Order: sequence, then structure tokens, then C-alpha cells
Amino acid sequence: MIRHRDSSTEYRECIVERAPQNRWMDIEGAKPPKVVREKKSYTKEEIRKEIALYRKFIRDHKRKKRIEVLEIAIGTIICGIFSVIFLLPIVLTVTNSFMSSSEISSNYGAIFATTSTGGKVFISKTVNLKFIPDIITLSQYYVALFKSPAYLFKFWNSVIYVVPIVVFQLAVSSLASYGFARYTGRVKGVIFFLYVIIMMMPYQVTLVPNYLVSEYLDILDTRWAIWLPGIFSPFAVYMLTKFMRRIPVSVLEAARIDGANEWSIFTDVAMPLCKGGIVSIAILIFIDYWNMVEQPIILLSDDYLHPLSVFLSKINSGEISLAFAVAVIYMVLPMLVFLYGEEYLIEGITYQGGVKG
Amino acid sequence: MKALKSLNDLLSANARQKTTKEAPGRHTKSLSQPKYMPVRFKDMALSFLFIIPSLIGVVLFFGAPFGVVIFYSLVNNPTRCEFVGLSNFSRVLHNSAFLMAARHTMVFSAIAVPLAVVLSLLLAIVLENKIPGRSAFRSMFLSPMMVPIASIVLIWQVLFHYNGLVNQVIGIVGIDKIDWLKSDQAHFVIIALFLWKNLGYNMILFMAALSSVPEDQLEVARLENANAWQTFWYVKFRYLSSTIVFVALMSLINSFKVFREIYLMTGDYPYDALYILQHYMNNKFRNLDYQDLSAAAILMSGVMVVLVAVLFAIEEHVGKDVENS
Repeated sequence: MIRHRDSSTEYRECIVERAPQNRWMDIEGAKPPKVVREKKSYTKEEIRKEIALYRKFIRDHKRKKRIEVLEIAIGTIICGIFSVIFLLPIVLTVTNSFMSSSEISSNYGAIFATTSTGGKVFISKTVNLKFIPDIITLSQYYVALFKSPAYLFKFWNSVIYVVPIVVFQLAVSSLASYGFARYTGRVKGVIFFLYVIIMMMPYQVTLVPNYLVSEYLDILDTRWAIWLPGIFSPFAVYMLTKFMRRIPVSVLEAARIDGANEWSIFTDVAMPLCKGGIVSIAILIFIDYWNMVEQPIILLSDDYLHPLSVFLSKINSGEISLAFAVAVIYMVLPMLVFLYGEEYLIEGITYQGGVKG
Repeated sequence: MKALKSLNDLLSANARQKTTKEAPGRHTKSLSQPKYMPVRFKDMALSFLFIIPSLIGVVLFFGAPFGVVIFYSLVNNPTRCEFVGLSNFSRVLHNSAFLMAARHTMVFSAIAVPLAVVLSLLLAIVLENKIPGRSAFRSMFLSPMMVPIASIVLIWQVLFHYNGLVNQVIGIVGIDKIDWLKSDQAHFVIIALFLWKNLGYNMILFMAALSSVPEDQLEVARLENANAWQTFWYVKFRYLSSTIVFVALMSLINSFKVFREIYLMTGDYPYDALYILQHYMNNKFRNLDYQDLSAAAILMSGVMVVLVAVLFAIEEHVGKDVENS
């Protein structure tokens, strides 16, 4: 800033307050720079230059602010578009579940009639995608929940598969991961490496051994064929070991010096410290097995034992009106889990990336 | 991925020392340096007891039967057990169905994995800015991961039907209608579904990596008057490289799981373009053709191991300059 000391035309002497010309001001929390006051005589030309310089600074600053605002606006728009795309199918499923059955068959009959060989009940040839149903009704839910036990039964099947797998896989793998994280040695390193390799194999590969064992143990076409490989899946071992390794050795050693034996170190020290990890892994296992398709269609030839995830795709056109309601019912449980454990889930994924671990 | 790196450390039996090392230069015999700490044999044996339940299960359901799979792939018949060398493999490799399935799977992975990495990185960078409602957006992007595919498949069928919404939208632009699920365009539908499901998960991984970039380095970049692109490319990208490899790996693994989506959308017998390896395996399971099953499984696991090894090699190569992060 330039102040005129006298109003003569020659601008003999000015006091110049000059801020340092670097970018310190842009950094949040940086101390404001000292303003240097100096006495100096300027000519008119110099002052003009000075003013031009400062104007340029101000212009630049404003431009930068504008760009920043623009960036945020563009970012928000991108996020908005993506979130619409991401949420659209979910929202559509939910809103369509409130349609009456006749409305659904008139809207989507054209699609699903082609997949069945049955009679043609649809009215229009084109597909009407509607966001909001004409008449909001709960009849779909009523029929799905009280009139057709097949869906509830399959839903129950899903629960029966998922809950023991989550519980026992966590139990087995928390033991194992404690064993892996404690006293590492060459043998354990090799075993752990094999676990990682098995974890990375796609289902196409691991299902073949699973099938052979199930056949050998004579548990094919029973629930055990799903339960047992699920319980011993190495995924949770790998994840939990990552969490367990984060516990400082000194904590465990302190517990031992205080007289705790290995079991009570595990139950009273290691497990409580890994609580967040256990919850997040439980969520990840839950999603994976709630979604399972490959295992049931190969290991269970009996439709009776199939979970809802497989059964939903086999819905026939006569019951198509129920499909959306059943889909929503199937979606509710994972969504509740998600709402409850989002933070844990994010933490778990973060650990999975190994950025923290 | 750090896992394998730490695994290598493990194999050289100094992982614990590395992860809990205190300030360098301090060579006291502290407890956190087990190199100097005698590990009692009893403790070692005890810690093995913890592993045993899981180990039994893994050996029983994955390890031992895999040995049987290798055995089956080398004999002509499970009951007669005559050694036939590699003829099973050559038969599978000359099977046109297997080749088609393998080609489709590879094409799908080759398109979907890079897309998944780039798009999710883009989303993570966008979300890293001070956008209003960041955490809400994050939840929205993550929610497809939690939705069961079976629930959402109905609406995807509606969207991509010949008379569906997508065709109506591209009809406005002036493109002819495409029968998405019954033509070669079916790949795009499945890729869209795959991205829809996996982007949020990858994005979280990238966001974690971005937030772990040291603040002082970013500050230096800012002081040096680096623009956004330079900051990203010369500073952040170095710290992201290992995460990029990890995300690519996870996307690759998940891209092999895309059978779920295809099966739920199109049933047992999809359009040819969607015939992937799992369909081939299903057919073989149905016929109980153990030789082909075993040979195909071993071929696939071989390819998988090679791919993973390549990714790790890349990671080793690019992750070098930020080793001490």
C-alpha cells in the first residue's frame, strides 16, 4: 500500500508497506507476515509500476479464488451425477415396490414375459419406467410376507447360511490371527503366505476342491456344504492378522509379565483392542455371503436349500409383481448393517488397503 | 500391496522388529525388539495351538483337495487313475468353449479393471476437495457395495431392456436402439454393473491413501508454486502407487466374481458374449467331468498367480522411492 505523505505532484517521499511476495498467506494457520515499513523516495513512474504490481496481485488472488470456487462447483456436480447414477437403481427398486401388481405387469410385463414360456398377461409393448407409482400400496409386501411362504422361507435360508458363517468364521479366524500375529517365524510365514494365495483365488478355482471334499464327506446338498468352507475361509484370518499386528508387542508383553497366560492375553487384551476390526470384518463377510450365488448353485442341487439371492433370479413372470417387494425385503438387512457400521466398514476397507497397516 | 511386502519380511523372520522399531540409533535391548528376546519354545507351541482350528479347516477344504485336483488333472479317470501327463490340459486348451469363456473373461477384466481404477481415483480426488456434503457423498458411493445384487438385477433388466430407459435416453441423442443383453454390447452392461458395485469400495481405498500423503510435502509443493496437476503427479502419485496396484488387484479378483451379476441377469444360458469361465465350470460340474474341471482350475490358478506376481513386481518397482513412508 502506498500512502502519500505530501500532496505535491512529485511524490517525494512515501512510506511503503510491503508484504513479502511469496505464498505464505495461502497456507492455513500460517502467521501473517511482518509488514516492513520503509522510507523511500519514489518517482511517479515507480509508483505507477508499484500500483500495477499490486493490482496484478489482487487480480491473481481473485482469479485463484474464482478457480477454487469453480473447482468445488465442478466437483460437486460430478459427485452429484455419480450419486444419482449410484442411487437410481436402489431408489427405483424401492419406489417400484409400492406399485400394485397390475401396474407392474402393465409397466414391465414386456420384459419378464419374454423370459417365461407362460401365457402373456402384459398389456403394453413398451416399458414404462416410473419413479412414482400411480397408486401407492403395500399390497406387494402384504402378499410377499403373508401369502407366499416360499420367499420368506428362502429369506430364512439366507439368514441360516449367513449368521453361523459370520459368527464361526470370526471365532476361528480371530484365534488363528492371534496365533499368526504372535511370535512370527519361518513356518508361520509360509502358512500365512498360503492363506493369502488361497484368499486371492477366484471361486472358479476354490469351488472345485470344495466340491470334492463335500462329496467325500457326503455333505453335498446339505447346509454343511455351504457352512464349512465358509467358516474356514481364509479371508478373515488375513484381515484380522493385519489388525492384530497393529497391537504393540509391549502391550502383550506387559500383560504376560503381569501374570496373564496366553489365553487371557488373547481374550482380555488382544480381542478388545481389535473390536473395530472385528466389526468391520463381520460386515465384509456378511455382505459377501449374503450375496453368494456360485456356491449354492454348484454345491446345492436342491432348490429347497437355495438362499434368496439365487431364488430371486428364478422368479417367474406370474409373480413378477412380488419381485420388487422381495428385493426390497432382501435389501433391508444389509442396508441396516451399513447404516449401523459405515464407519467400521470404511475403517476395515482402509486397513485392507494396507495403507495404515 | 503391503501384505506381500510384510510377508517377505515375515519370511526373513524380522517383521516384528520392523513394525515396532523405535527410533533408529537406539540399540537398547528393549522388549519390542524380539531379535534379542528369547522366544520360549512353549510360547511358540502355544501360539501354534491358536492356528490349529483354522489350519485344519483350510487344509481340509482348500489345501488337501487342491492336491487332489492336481492329481485328477494328471490322470485319465478318477477310478482307474492312469497317468496321462498333460493331455487333460491340452484337451481343455483346445476346447472351443473354454477358449471362448477365457477370452470373454480376459476382455472383461482388461476393460473393467483399468476403468475401475481410473474412475475411482477420479472420484477420490474430487471428494478430497472441500466439497459440501462430503461424507454424504461418500455414503452414497459406498451404498451399492452393500446392496445385494439379486435385489438390483430386476431394475437393471428394466433399464437395459430393448425398450428400456437407457435406449430411450440414447434415442434422444439419435442412436439406434440396442438390445443390450442379447448382443455384443452386453459387455458394457456388465461392466457398468461391475463399476457401479465396486467404485465406492475402491474410492475408499484411494481416499485413505490420499489422506496419508504427508502434509509437509504438500506444503512444500504449494510453496514452490506447483499447480494442481504437478502436485498430483509429482507428490501424491508417488504415495498412491502401491494403493493403485492394490486396487487393481482387488478389482481383478472382483472381476472374476462378476459371474454373479451375469447369472442373475441372464440365467444359465446367456448370450454368447457373456459366456465366461464360471459358466464353463458350471457345465463341467453338471457333467461331473473331473479331469476337465481340475485342469481348468489349475490353468486358472496359474494365470491368477502370474497376474498377481506381475502386479507385485510392478508395485515393487514403482513403490521404491517412497519406501520409508
